Amino acid sequence: MGALFIRDIRLGLRAGGGVLIGILFFLAVIAVIPFGVGPDLKLLARIGPAMLWIGALLATLLGLDRLFQADRDDGSLDLLIMAQERHMLALTILVKCLSHWTVSVLPLVIASPLLGLFMNMEPPAIGATTLTLLVGTPAITLIGAVGAAVAVSLPRGGLLVSVIILPLTIPVLIFGVSASYGAVEDPAPFLAPFLILAAITLFFAVLGPLAAAAALKSSTD
Amino acid sequence: MRLVAENLGGERGGERLFSGLDFAVSAGNALLVTGPNGAGKSTLLRIIAGLLVQAEGAVHLESPPQPYESLVAATHYLGHLNAMKPVLSIDENLRFWQSFNGAGRCSIVEALERVGLADIGHLPFGYLSTGQKRRASIARLLISDRPVWLLDEPTAGLDKASEMQFTGSMQQHLAGGGIIVAATHLPLGLAAKELSLGAAA
Repeated sequence: MGALFIRDIRLGLRAGGGVLIGILFFLAVIAVIPFGVGPDLKLLARIGPAMLWIGALLATLLGLDRLFQADRDDGSLDLLIMAQERHMLALTILVKCLSHWTVSVLPLVIASPLLGLFMNMEPPAIGATTLTLLVGTPAITLIGAVGAAVAVSLPRGGLLVSVIILPLTIPVLIFGVSASYGAVEDPAPFLAPFLILAAITLFFAVLGPLAAAAALKSSTD
Repeated sequence: MRLVAENLGGERGGERLFSGLDFAVSAGNALLVTGPNGAGKSTLLRIIAGLLVQAEGAVHLESPPQPYESLVAATHYLGHLNAMKPVLSIDENLRFWQSFNGAGRCSIVEALERVGLADIGHLPFGYLSTGQKRRASIARLLISDRPVWLLDEPTAGLDKASEMQFTGSMQQHLAGGGIIVAATHLPLGLAAKELSLGAAA
C-alpha cells in the first residue's frame, strides 16, 4: 500500500501539469474576483472565505476524472482489481485518493492563505478558511472517487464526473464556508459546522472507497 | 493443483462467443487457446482472471497451493496492455509491482537480466520499443510468484531471441509446477494441449 501511495505521488509530480493546472485554475478564479466585484474592500473581505472555498472546490474537481482513467488506460486497473484478495479494493482506492489529494489538492490548501490576501481577508479569516479547506477537501476527493469510478469506462467522462458529484459536495461547501465565517463573525458558531465538516470527511472516507470499489468491479470489460 | 472449467460460456456485448467449454489443466501443464480473431480468446482469459463474469458454467482452481486461497489470488495476468507507467522507469515500475504483489523467487535485477533489459532499467518505460515494453511486462511475471499464468498474445512484438528466452521462462515455470493458459496465434514452443475456439463452436 505504501508502494502504491509513493507510485501515485511520483506519477502526479512527474507527469507534470497535474499539480500546476489545479493551482493555476485556483489562482485564476480568485485573481479575477476583485476585478469583477470592484474595489469595495469590505465586500471582498466579506465574500473572501466563500470565494476561496468555491475556487478550491472547482479546482479539486478538475483533475478527479483521471483518478482511475490513467490506470485503466494502461491496464494497471485490471491488476489492482485482481489483487483484491491481497489488498482490499476499497483500501487500494482510499490510498489512491489520499495520494491524489496530497499531490493535487494539498497545494491548493497551502496556496489559499496567499490568495486570501487578494480578497483582503483578516488573518483569523485566512487561518479559519485554510483550516476548513484542509479538513474539508479530502471529502471532495473521496466523493469524487465514486464519480470517477462510475465514469471510468467513458472516454470523455471528465465533465460528467463533476456533474455527478457536484450535488454531493454541496454540504461540504456549506459547512466549510459557515465554519470559516464562524471564526470571524461573532454570533455565528465555529466549532459546530467545523465538526460536521470533519464528520462528513470521515463518513466519505468509509463510504466513498466502498462505493467506488463496487463501481470499479462492475466496470471491467 | 488443477485449473478446471466446467460448461463455461462467455459473452461480450450480449453476443455469445463460446459456450459449453470444458477443460482441465493440471500442475506443470500448459493450455494454448487458439482461434480466429473475435473467437473469444481474450474473453476466456479475462473470465478466468475474474475480470469478466461468465455467462454460464464455472471455472475454479482445485486445491490451490498455499498461501493462495482462490484462482484469482493465484493468477498472473498478462493482457494486451502492459500495466506500466510511461513516466516511471522500468525499475520503478517493477519495484512497485513487486511490493504490491509480493516478492518472488526472482529479484528485479535477475528478472531484467532474464528478459535482456538489464542495462536499461533506469530508462522511463515510455521510451522503450514495443518489444522492449513487452519484455519489461514479462519481467513483472517473474518478480512475483503466482502458480497460474494467463497470457494474452504474450509474444506480440517480441523478436526471435526474446521469444526463445520467454519460452525458457515459461518452461521453467511449468517445471516448477505452474500452470499456463495462453491465447496465441504463434507457436510458443511449448508442449501443450490446444483449445480451439470458434472453429469448434
